[in-house]
Amino acid sequence: MTSVTPLQAPAVRELDVAPRRGSGNRLARFAPLAPALLLLLIFFAGPMLWSVYTAFTNLALTGSSTVDFVGLDNFTRMAHDASFLNSLKLTLLFVVGSAVIGQNTLGLLIALLLRGRRRLVRSVVTGLVIAAWAVPETVAGFCWYAFLYRTGTLNALLSHFGIEQNWLYTTPMLAVILANVWRGTAFSMLVYSAALSEVPPDLTEAAAMDGASGWQRLRHITLPLIRRAIVSNLMLITLQTLASFGLIFVMTGGGPGTASQTTPLYMYQQSFKFYQLGYGTAMALVLLIIGALFSVIYLRLIRLED
Amino acid sequence: MADLTVARRGTSRTVTYLVLAIIAVVFLVPFLWLVIASVQPGAALSAHLDWKFTTANFRAVLTPDTIFRPVLNSVIISGGTALVTVLVAVLAAYPLSRYQSRFGRSFLYIILFATGLPITAIMVPVYAMYSRINLIDSIPGTIAFMSAASLPFAAWMMKNFMDGVPISLEEAAWTDGAGWFQSLHRIVLPLMIPGLTVVFIFTFVLQWGNFFVPFILLLSPEKQPASVTIYTFFSQYGQVAYGQLAAFSILYTLPVVVFYSALSRVLGGAFSLTGAVKG
Repeated sequence: MTSVTPLQAPAVRELDVAPRRGSGNRLARFAPLAPALLLLLIFFAGPMLWSVYTAFTNLALTGSSTVDFVGLDNFTRMAHDASFLNSLKLTLLFVVGSAVIGQNTLGLLIALLLRGRRRLVRSVVTGLVIAAWAVPETVAGFCWYAFLYRTGTLNALLSHFGIEQNWLYTTPMLAVILANVWRGTAFSMLVYSAALSEVPPDLTEAAAMDGASGWQRLRHITLPLIRRAIVSNLMLITLQTLASFGLIFVMTGGGPGTASQTTPLYMYQQSFKFYQLGYGTAMALVLLIIGALFSVIYLRLIRLED
Repeated sequence: MADLTVARRGTSRTVTYLVLAIIAVVFLVPFLWLVIASVQPGAALSAHLDWKFTTANFRAVLTPDTIFRPVLNSVIISGGTALVTVLVAVLAAYPLSRYQSRFGRSFLYIILFATGLPITAIMVPVYAMYSRINLIDSIPGTIAFMSAASLPFAAWMMKNFMDGVPISLEEAAWTDGAGWFQSLHRIVLPLMIPGLTVVFIFTFVLQWGNFFVPFILLLSPEKQPASVTIYTFFSQYGQVAYGQLAAFSILYTLPVVVFYSALSRVLGGAFSLTGAVKG
C-alpha cells in the first residue's frame, strides 16, 4: 500500500475570531471532531492497547478457549526464534536497500536531472515513474514476477549473453528490493522536485560564476538547502516501507523458504496461517513500536520549523 | 575558454538526456509484459511480440465471476471508504482549521503521528477484535477499518485545503448568527470542491489497490474486491493463463489511470500533488 504523509509542520493560524455563538463553550466548538476521534480510538488506540495486553498472552485461534497470561514468553520466544530474527534482518535490508538507498537516491537524481528540462521530457519521465507508483500493488507484483521469472522478459533479453536463471529464486531479496525501488521512487521524486523548485537559482548561478563545478554546487549549495526535505523524505519512506506486504507476498511469498520473509510476512504467517495470534500480536507490537519511534522522531523534526 | 564551456555544457546535456532516457526505459520495461501478453494468444511470461493479436484474453475474463462482481465490490468498498473518510475528515477539519487552541494543536499532532503507524501491524489486533464481535467477512466492517486507516492523512489534507478558504467570508455569517454547521455547509464547502475531490479520489485510489486489509478481513470470494480476487486468480490459474492475468490486470488498473488523470487535471499537473501534500 502506497501512502503519502504530510511534509510540513501544522501551520496553526493565529485566528481566534471564531463563531461568536457558543465561543464560551469549548466542547461544542470541537463537537465536529467527535466522529474522527471515535474512529481513531476504536481503530488505533484500542487495537494498540489490546495488542500490548495480548502480546503477553498465548491467545490462539485454534479452538482452545482459554487464554493464559504468559508474561514475557512471547518476547523471549521472539528473541530465540531464528525465523523472526532472520525476518528483522531482511526487513532492515529491504528498508535500507529499497527506500533509504534506492528510492531516495534515484528520486533525487531524477528530480535533479529534470530541472529546467523541456515540458515533453518532464511529462514522459514523471509520467512513467508515477505510473509505477499508481498501479495497484498486486499488479506491480505481477509485472515484476513476469519480468524476473525464468521464462520472463529479463531472461529473454539476457539470453543473448548466455545468462539465464529464475531471479526470484536465486536473488529473491534483490528482486523485491528492485521492484520496490521501481514502485516507490515517484514519492521521493515528487518531494525533491517540490523542494528543488524552492531553491533560488541565483545562488547556484553565482557559485557557477565563481567556478564551482556541478558536483560542488550540489554538495555545498543545493543539498544543504533541501536538507529538511531529505530528512523528512527518509523518515516517511522508511515508515512506508517498514510494513510493506503485498509486493513481496505476490512476488516471492517470502520464499524460497524464508529467504525473503520480512517481518510483516512472518507476522502474517504466524497470525493467520498458524493462528498464533498472541505471538503474531507481539510481533505487531514490535513493528508498531519501531513505527511509532520513527513517527515521533519525524514529528520532533517538523516541530523545529515553527 | 567560452567555446570550451559551451562544448562542456553540450556534453553534459547529452549525458543528462541519455541518463533520463535510460531511466524512462527501465521504468517502462516491467509494464511491457502486461500490455503485450494481454493481446497475445497463448501469452507467456516474456514480453515477446509475435504480431498475432487477439481479444480472447479480455473476452475470457469479462465474466461476472472474474471481473464484474469483484470490480463492483471494489467500487462499493473503495467508494464507501472514500465517502466515509471525506465526511469524517471534513467535520474534523473545520474546528482544526478555524479555531486556535491547544487541544486542536495536539489533535493535529496525533493525526500526524497516526499517519506514520504501520497499518499492517494494526491489522492483527483488529482482526482479533473483529473475530470476537463477528465482523470478519463483513463489507461494512471492512469499510469502517479502511476509513479509519485513511482518515489521518485525509483529515490532514482537508485541513490544509480548508485553510485556503478565507475566514473573513464566514465572519459575516457568524455575525448573522449562523452556527458552525451552516457556516461549513453554506460557505466553506462550496468553495473547496476541488479539495473535496482530491481527498475523495486520493482515498478511493489508495483503497482500490489495498490488498492486505480485504485479504485478511473478507473471506468469501463473492465479497472480495478485485485487489484480492486478482491474487487468487494469479495463484490458481496464473501459471497457465498469463494472458488472462494480464488482461485482468489491465482492466483492474484502468480506473486508477482514469482517476489519476482526473486528479492531475484538478490539481493542474502531477507536480502540484506535492503542493496538496505539503499544504
